[in-house]
Amino acid sequence: MMRSELHFDAVVVGAGVAGLVAGARLAEGGARVCVLAKGVGSTHLAPGTVDVLGYAPERVDEPGRAVGELIAARPDHPYALIGVEAIGEALSWLAERVVRGPLPGYRYVGGLERNHLLPTAIGAVRPSTLVPETMAGGDLRSGGPVCIVGSPVLRDFHASLCAANLARAGIEARSVAVAIEVERADQNSLGLARRFDDADWRSAFASQLVPLLQGEERVGLPAVLGSKDPHGVWSDLEDRLARRVFEIPTLPPSVPGMRLFEVLRAALREAGGRLVLGSEVLAAERADDGRVVAVRAHASGRDVRYVASSFVLATGGFASGGVELGSDWITRETALGLAVSGAPGPGEERFVAEYVAEQPMARVGVAVDAQLRAEGAENVVVAGAALPGAVPWRELSGEGIAVASGSRAASTVLSRAAAGAAA
Amino acid sequence: MSFDLFQAEELRGSLDHCVKCTICETQCPVSNVTPLFPGPKYVGPQAERYRVAGDPSVEWSVDYCSGCGICTQVCPQGVKIAEINAQARNKIKREHGVPLRDRIITRPTWLGRLGTYTAPLANVSLRLRPFRILGEKVLKVHRDAPAPKFAGRRFSRWARKRTSPKTGRKAVYFHNCGTEYYEPWEGQKVVEILEHNGFEVVVPKQDCCGLPLQSSGLFDDARKVVLRLAKALAPHVRDDDSIIVGNATSCTLMLKREAREILGLEDDPDLKLVSERTYDICELLLELHDRGELRTDFKPVEEHIAYHAPCQQQGHWIGKPALDLFALIPGLQVTEMTARCCGIAGTYGLKAEKYEIAMAVGRGLFDQIEASGATEVACDSETCRWQITHGTKRRSVHPIDYLHRAYGLG
Repeated sequence: MMRSELHFDAVVVGAGVAGLVAGARLAEGGARVCVLAKGVGSTHLAPGTVDVLGYAPERVDEPGRAVGELIAARPDHPYALIGVEAIGEALSWLAERVVRGPLPGYRYVGGLERNHLLPTAIGAVRPSTLVPETMAGGDLRSGGPVCIVGSPVLRDFHASLCAANLARAGIEARSVAVAIEVERADQNSLGLARRFDDADWRSAFASQLVPLLQGEERVGLPAVLGSKDPHGVWSDLEDRLARRVFEIPTLPPSVPGMRLFEVLRAALREAGGRLVLGSEVLAAERADDGRVVAVRAHASGRDVRYVASSFVLATGGFASGGVELGSDWITRETALGLAVSGAPGPGEERFVAEYVAEQPMARVGVAVDAQLRAEGAENVVVAGAALPGAVPWRELSGEGIAVASGSRAASTVLSRAAAGAAA
Repeated sequence: MSFDLFQAEELRGSLDHCVKCTICETQCPVSNVTPLFPGPKYVGPQAERYRVAGDPSVEWSVDYCSGCGICTQVCPQGVKIAEINAQARNKIKREHGVPLRDRIITRPTWLGRLGTYTAPLANVSLRLRPFRILGEKVLKVHRDAPAPKFAGRRFSRWARKRTSPKTGRKAVYFHNCGTEYYEPWEGQKVVEILEHNGFEVVVPKQDCCGLPLQSSGLFDDARKVVLRLAKALAPHVRDDDSIIVGNATSCTLMLKREAREILGLEDDPDLKLVSERTYDICELLLELHDRGELRTDFKPVEEHIAYHAPCQQQGHWIGKPALDLFALIPGLQVTEMTARCCGIAGTYGLKAEKYEIAMAVGRGLFDQIEASGATEVACDSETCRWQITHGTKRRSVHPIDYLHRAYGLG
């Protein structure tokens, strides 16, 4: 009698940046959409910035121009299928959702004209395109001395290491440590962010820091400046310290990444989209022509069948288990069983010795056409790290691809629906 | 098969998938407010490596885990963190014994029967300061913890006097202990809504699902209680394709998944059948709507409410069907709460040593409710509703109350 079955216009699999962007934009476009995910995605681990293109292979200053060149040279790259203009449009959409989102005053700054040059937690220099304003003050091109502030309680952030490495790169940097009393031996970045939410605590912290600062230094703090009202916390600290303050992304958990998740979730929900967390998609039902008719997702007690006319696959690549490599050297897409492309052929090199090098195997992804539709399943559109052809950690392009392809996936589905309605 | 072996095979295997990403730590309501609980990753996948069958427990803070299950829900790798921790808690209880309090407050049937007969006296006593202070001293039940009022009548009495019209579309109603002893009117609303939608409602004689026992680590008793319930419900669905429906979301989750996974009862045929057929009421109504079979003769309900999806509702892994249903009611303005947990976790927040933690956990939700401007709070779990009312002084009702009103049934 009851079948545990629900119908939607579109079902998105995956709740990382690509899946949430696709889901929110589909819902905004009028589709009845459900985002299904096994768990929380990459947002809570990544820095919360949108890096479009950082290295190609030399450091990129003007990402718009560099993406154009990349597209010309690498027609298999996801950006080549999306185009510079659509990337720019997707970034504007995201920046606007941040402004309209649940964090008052919080905003992202930057665009395709110019990358920011931000310090990482270990004092490396990272080109990043669209960044929280709370990080933008750390742009190392603006010159002047920098003071990196750490605390022994946050054991994953070493201000002295960060400052020493920045100094080696020619930046006038030093570090100071502030004693913070915590009740527990191990305090992570989120725990500290919750303390910064508290105005009294923040005031005490600032008065401890003021005497340690010198001259015209800018102040770099780990990205823990508030979980509920980061704009308020950050601007309050700038006032109290009477100088520019900026956040530096930490090791996981990533507080700015969690803020981005909240922004995207709110955009999805406000547009009427559903979000189902904890439900792993186990398999797809395919029609004779290859289209996916429904997916079976795990739920308590029994599986649920989600039927939709279109699907977006945003399950990520090897790192998140969206794609896997068997001991038989066969690569598979794990959720829907789609065809993959980009795998090194017989006799070709699969891996190279240097760990962070451009590994040939890493280019594997779901085989797609020019509109990001999965090969053999024309009603499935692929977004994010499940796409083949990119090496995000070399290029610094992960979130750029996620935001742009999530947007493109939504527009492909919406125009397919419109064409269907017209026919 | 011994319990430890079961544990090794069914759940422990999942801990090898842990990549230490910390996502569970970001979402744990308890570790974010107290240093007494170091977090799901520490006491779960990490400490589990040092737990050896037959050897003493190595770590005791797991008793501060409230069992909300959010860690398992958000884990992108499929690690059964909450379930591993529930078993570790059981092991501690087996080694160190169970406080008298935990043997009493985990028995809603005993308390309910006693309280129903003595309702006026019991209700007054539970609100008398000296009595509560005594209760805290003797039983370690916190003096300020929310105490629901006994209704003085039982839902099953009402149900027995009533026969549902024969429609050939049968729903077996699993009313929980909260409905039976404290809020019998909620059960009446469930029955009326189901009948309004063409169901013939059957209310078998039934008892507790064992969840309070399970969450306090009393696994042997919990097994007996849940298997007795499964045995009572299964015959009503065995020979046809009818379903079981409940309005206490944590109790339906116990039947669907928790009893099987946490108590190691995967092989019991009655429980398996009951588990596969059980629906949460909002889940059922949404599916009916999806099929075009839900009556939508809703009158406007001009109210602004807050909706909190309890942790156990989220453990069904079906999203928030109550919100989809609210969207069908004209005039009803709903603000979705994003704070994760009210803190009570069944009986956790009643315990003297955990009450302050539970209130600190709930603070985020209480603040969000107050900021929303909503006058009432909809929530699918009765103990969470009592905690929300305790924390916000606002009325809190089950989502079906609004459907019942919109249908003009009461």
